[in-house]
Amino acid sequence: MTETGTTAAVRPAGPGGAAPLVAVTNLRVSFPKAGVDAVRGVSLAVHPGECVAIVGESGSGKSVTARSLLGLAGPGARVSAERFTVDGRDALRFTDRDWRVVRGRFAGLVVQDALVSLDPLRTVGAEIAEVLAVHDVVPRRDRAARAEELLDAVGVPEPRLRARQRPFQLSGGLRQRALIASAIAADPRLIIADEPTTALDVTVQAQVLRLLGERKAAGAALLLISHDLAVVASVADRILVMRDGTVVEEGPTRRVLSAPEHPYTRLLLAAVPSAASRGTRLSSPEPERPPAPPRTVDRSTAVLEATGLVAGYGARTVVEDVSFRLHKGETLGLVGESGSGKTTVARIVLGLHEPIRGEVRLHGEPWSGVRERRRRPLRSRIQLISQNPLDSFDPRYTVGRIVAEPLRDLPAAERRARVAELLERVGLPAETAERRPRELSGGQRQRVAIARALGPRPDVLVCDEPVSALDVSVQAQVLDLLADIQAAEGTALLFISHDLGVVHHLSDRVLVMKDGRVVEEGDVDEVFHRPRHPYTAGLVAAIPRLETGEPQAVAG
Amino acid sequence: MAQVALRPARTYAYRLALPGAVLAVIAVAVAAPGLLTGTDPLAADPLHALEAPSGAHWFGTDHLGRDVFSRVVHGARHSLSIGVAATGLAAAAGVLLGLAAGLAPKWLDEVLARSFDVLATFPELLLALLVIAITGPGTANVIFAIGIAQIPSLARVVRAQTFVVRRAGYVEQAVTFGLPGPALVFRHVLPNVLGPVLVLATIVLAQSIIAASALSFLGMGPQPPAPEWGAMLSEARNYMRVAWWQAVFPAAAVAVTVVSLTAAGRVLRYRFEGRDA
Repeated sequence: MTETGTTAAVRPAGPGGAAPLVAVTNLRVSFPKAGVDAVRGVSLAVHPGECVAIVGESGSGKSVTARSLLGLAGPGARVSAERFTVDGRDALRFTDRDWRVVRGRFAGLVVQDALVSLDPLRTVGAEIAEVLAVHDVVPRRDRAARAEELLDAVGVPEPRLRARQRPFQLSGGLRQRALIASAIAADPRLIIADEPTTALDVTVQAQVLRLLGERKAAGAALLLISHDLAVVASVADRILVMRDGTVVEEGPTRRVLSAPEHPYTRLLLAAVPSAASRGTRLSSPEPERPPAPPRTVDRSTAVLEATGLVAGYGARTVVEDVSFRLHKGETLGLVGESGSGKTTVARIVLGLHEPIRGEVRLHGEPWSGVRERRRRPLRSRIQLISQNPLDSFDPRYTVGRIVAEPLRDLPAAERRARVAELLERVGLPAETAERRPRELSGGQRQRVAIARALGPRPDVLVCDEPVSALDVSVQAQVLDLLADIQAAEGTALLFISHDLGVVHHLSDRVLVMKDGRVVEEGDVDEVFHRPRHPYTAGLVAAIPRLETGEPQAVAG
Repeated sequence: MAQVALRPARTYAYRLALPGAVLAVIAVAVAAPGLLTGTDPLAADPLHALEAPSGAHWFGTDHLGRDVFSRVVHGARHSLSIGVAATGLAAAAGVLLGLAAGLAPKWLDEVLARSFDVLATFPELLLALLVIAITGPGTANVIFAIGIAQIPSLARVVRAQTFVVRRAGYVEQAVTFGLPGPALVFRHVLPNVLGPVLVLATIVLAQSIIAASALSFLGMGPQPPAPEWGAMLSEARNYMRVAWWQAVFPAAAVAVTVVSLTAAGRVLRYRFEGRDA
């Protein structure tokens, strides 16, 4: 373990020779009550006009580190450091009052979920005006106008109208931009952004990153926290890779991405699914990814066939004329942004929602529009793996009971044996059967969901954003597991995701959906490398790429 | 994660101690009043009528010279059994009707839900009195009357909870396993609906005990000389000026029981909600 973290703070000046806006040496944050050492000796410095990114998985301490820089480590936190300066002043002696001046005025914080971070009872304009009022930067009569200017500056269309709306009336992308507007309202010299794009669609993510890049070009310093190396690659000048509360690697973005020194950084980079990773295993620390197990696609047998699906809820039509065939052993990717109708298609295919027109056939048998009684014997042929496994488990059940549930037809002894076999298949120890899902990690829960779905030996697995909530290294393991299973069992996958890299990595063919319609369909390489529809082209262009290594001139 | 989930239980355990202890004593009074008092609650002794609390008679004696302490202890059985039976009746009917409304087609749900609303507009005691007016007084009729009056509040909670649970991911997932309708309801929906019902039941129980005492006070419940807290209060009315103890102790028994139940219910609620938080 190379602790390279100390070099940054002792460096006297940044790129422009200016003093660091915030610098900390050997920062330690612990939560004695919970018995957690969240941050164990991190040193970093952020200079004006510079973007520093902290990258790490959940539990790495990256968020606690960033929040500590604003004196927001959380209740019960014990913060210590050898040296800790904010704007050249000793932050270890800061009073609450000093911190309040720092927050908003000197440093703005952008957090992940704009919906919970904005007051639902106040208009967006009022939220921004409050920052202006607290720091008294703009006279009262000009505040509303200034709030609109700020919304305009962060690329919110119709700022006059939006300023009068409340957070729930705005889409996720607009909310995130409104939150950025309030963070930069007092024109802070440092912007700390904690996973600012994680919940956003890829095109919106690109817009938000561009916006942050513009602030940097305008002279602000940026501290970006993310679990996603590809996201920070386009904006960051320097990257710190954190794991278990320490910095394992630090350096200029290009060097870290192209020549990572620490095995963990290499593992993180190798775990990112993309066009380049097709046909290989992701969860491997080796520089060369080993090939994925070979599988065969039987193009002559369609296990699932959807023709002319039209569906909606009430008067709202969300799926409009969707048709596709899924062959034995094939992976069909279904991509689209939120609200494109992907999940409704999944629900129709699973027989959970009836289409208004069109039909679904499973193994050539009519599957939609038939009575549940007729559908029931075929139900085991098609199984679901959902985004949030915890929600799909009965809260009273143990893992063993959860996995056993689709196996009700087996005698008790056989069922127990099969559960043990399934848990082993997904790489979970047999004792897991006695535990409750709440006690498991996100990756373990998704493994339980996969084990359960495999129980009845289905021909089709519908995967609805199965890895979206997982850390990249865990995501890699789960994707590898799905590839293994598919190779061994010849299962067909309908793989739904908003993450084009994941889809490109795993799928044979892909459907691109927009506003309920399929806008493009075809071989995954063909569609992503030579998109015919402008919408697909836009999506592909918005994918953050690791290959570009070098920070681009994002401004303008 | 597991530690976080456990914390509410640890924090609130001590809050259950006092109400729990009181309820335990009351439970003993219901199950085996002989353990708490050796005196016959019905034994009249006119020579020692209306005596103030003393070593011999802890709560004093009433106008017929009966031991008030013994009557309060033995009265627990009457008052609580009415409350428990009425709550049981209301819970059974409420769960059944609420579940039916939550799962039924829209028109049937509308019919059921509106009838709960109409019933809920009547004050519970008034509704109970209405039922008694039809059935006549007596212990069984009081149970029936209070039970009916408590149905709407329980049915509404069950209906709302059913709406949440039937749309939960795990119910939908169970559909994809090919579970038939009744199995879905009894394996997944019903058990997950019952949690909040249990919490509400403690509050309904407290209300039912008050209602039982109130109806007995009005002479609708167990008939004299049976020792029931509400009936005892009613008898004590005429002697308030000379023998406060005859009224205060049964009243205190009602109050302490209800407060303990409410406190225990609140702890249960925190614990229940903490589990999901």
